[in-house]
Amino acid sequence: MSEVLLSVGLDVGTTSSQMVLSELTVENRAGSLAVPEMEIAQRKILYKSPIHFTPLLDCDRVDGEKLREIVDAEYEKAGIRKPEVDTGAIIITGETSRKENARTVLEQLSGYAGDFVVATAGPDLESVLAAKGAGAVEYGEKTGKKVLHMDIGGGTSNLALIEDGVITATACLNVGGRLLKIRPDGCLSYVSPVLEGIFGKKAGDYVNREEVLELARELVQALEAAAGLREKESWMAGLKTAESGVLEPPEGAVISFSGGVADCIDAAQPWLAFGDMGPELGRAIRESRLCRGEYRLGEETIRATVIGAGCHSARLSGSTVFYQNIRFPLKNLPVVESAERLRSLDGPGVLALPGEKSPEYRQVARLAAEIIRSFGERPVYLALREDMAKALGQQIALGLGQSAQVLCIDRVSLREGDYLDVGAPVGPALPVVIKTLILNR
Amino acid sequence: MTKQELTNMVAEILSQMHGETQPKVKGSDYKTVLYQTDENAKQYHDGDFVPDVTQLDLRKLYLVEDAADAEKFKKMKEKTPARLGSGKAGPRYKTLTMLRFRADHAAAQDAVFSELDADFAKEHDLLPTKTRCSSKEEYLTRPDLGRCFDENNAKTIKGVIDTPPRVQLVVGDGLSSAAIRANAMDCLQSIRDGLKIRGIETGKTIFVKYCRVGAGDAIGDITGCELVCVLVGERPGLVTDKSMSAYITYRPHTGVSESSRTVVSNIHAQGTPAVEAGAYVAELIGKILTKKVSGVGLHLEEAR
Repeated sequence: MSEVLLSVGLDVGTTSSQMVLSELTVENRAGSLAVPEMEIAQRKILYKSPIHFTPLLDCDRVDGEKLREIVDAEYEKAGIRKPEVDTGAIIITGETSRKENARTVLEQLSGYAGDFVVATAGPDLESVLAAKGAGAVEYGEKTGKKVLHMDIGGGTSNLALIEDGVITATACLNVGGRLLKIRPDGCLSYVSPVLEGIFGKKAGDYVNREEVLELARELVQALEAAAGLREKESWMAGLKTAESGVLEPPEGAVISFSGGVADCIDAAQPWLAFGDMGPELGRAIRESRLCRGEYRLGEETIRATVIGAGCHSARLSGSTVFYQNIRFPLKNLPVVESAERLRSLDGPGVLALPGEKSPEYRQVARLAAEIIRSFGERPVYLALREDMAKALGQQIALGLGQSAQVLCIDRVSLREGDYLDVGAPVGPALPVVIKTLILNR
Repeated sequence: MTKQELTNMVAEILSQMHGETQPKVKGSDYKTVLYQTDENAKQYHDGDFVPDVTQLDLRKLYLVEDAADAEKFKKMKEKTPARLGSGKAGPRYKTLTMLRFRADHAAAQDAVFSELDADFAKEHDLLPTKTRCSSKEEYLTRPDLGRCFDENNAKTIKGVIDTPPRVQLVVGDGLSSAAIRANAMDCLQSIRDGLKIRGIETGKTIFVKYCRVGAGDAIGDITGCELVCVLVGERPGLVTDKSMSAYITYRPHTGVSESSRTVVSNIHAQGTPAVEAGAYVAELIGKILTKKVSGVGLHLEEAR
């Protein structure tokens, strides 16, 4: 018994926008004599779009209309109709996520791309998706090695630390190939404001290769420091993005690379090949301490984030869950961890609880009564870590009656401040997307 | 070098390769090894308790000394109940491993041979009955007798359940009383709740002593129920002695094919929790009543 989900991933980055379509095969891992255990057993990429430049209206606004045209054109090329798309995610990344209208464009686009295509943003999530899309998480899981993944894009470098196959920390630095844009004659057409105090030149000045390499080496020092290969210096703090997480420099980690710049690490490119500092940044990385120990290029480089969004954003709940009178998909439900916080919400919210490992019936009944009290008139949305959702959900439904809205899922770990999306059932399980950060929180 | 010298040299090399020369009588070089007492070991006195080896979580117990990477092995070990990473003492198991193995084996045997409390049925408001077996020994050696009731027991059942119910719930000791003690009531209550939500009423639940799965078929004959669900203790293994299964049969009757049973196995604390399994079984019962078929037929129906 297997089901197939068609999943779309769309990455709107600092420089480029891309789309992938993939097929997620959901299978029952348990034997036919046991309670089912659905899991995403296979992820197959069906279509990769060419790499488009991210359309901008002006310096501060993304061109939503153009993006929709790109989506339409790519769906057509892939031979896919919108209603066929089951799930997926759109992520807006790097400098583009700081544009004025980023949030509006993102949300409109997610509704446009499909029913259960979720809008996501935030550098933490970008780090997670890139590390998964590049295969770094799988590599860490298979080898048991500690891995520090760096997705080096146009505007930012997204770092993820993987220990025992699990991402334990993320960070984001303003290090990317497009912090400088250079015309073929060596004249600077753009200098990112994040370089203030690090780089003396401004737009209109001329640069030569040595000067660009010099700057690249400096920026790479910040990456080395993040990897624990160099002492941190005070000027590096300025390169950390405002939204960055905290990542303690690891010891003895394999360094893994993705992002457009990763393509310039092992294969040298002419310095003006892309009209930016990408080639020199790649060269500086190759010559740096990052590549002195064990390092690897991701299975996907420039497409790591979009593949992460397309293949790894949706996961499955436990396979014994409870729901009644729920209209899927549910989108952007704020997650709280206590009844007090639940009451402080204006609208509906998901209460996240650890639950009990193999609880007694009495415990389930007591918990159900407490939950009914906590939710009051709101629809009951519950997410538990331990496997008990079906028993608890039916107990709640028994208390509230047939017309109550009840959703009770398990085997998901949520934290206060997360947002949850829940899609229509896949066999006995529900696809969920956990978003750790939302734009302009 | 003379021939004699060469022979001597070869003999010397050979003796070095063997380490020591073999004694004439095999084993006569045996020396008693003095038992070394561990000075840090706890001293026990009369009336003291030694720690209970069965309380240790096997998934966390890693006994290999000087491991290259103990942390990694422990991580992997958490995923399996298998007895891995148990170390060794010379060519043998460590004492702890040996004790635990024997304790688990003993628990498995106890689960088979022990009986539920005499008032288990009464305490939980179940209808107490017994198959034709008159003892555990007979139950184990005569599976056929564990599948039917004598006239008295049949009469008891008929007396309480006089109109054919849609769903008849049954609890039977089976091959593990421990499994029933640990899981049956939590699971049963959850099944009843789940059926109630679906508008399916259940009557009195029957308890069967010396119960085989087939006893549910005989109950089908006696009560005329549309569906029977038997919660029964599974044959215990070394991982757990508390595993229970639910066997659901649509239109049960003596002689019904085994392929017409739908089974949910591995109901125990480390497998599917009893309450969660109960909620799942209730859903399954609802589905079987709608499709009017159980077992392989249900799979075929669903695959259509």
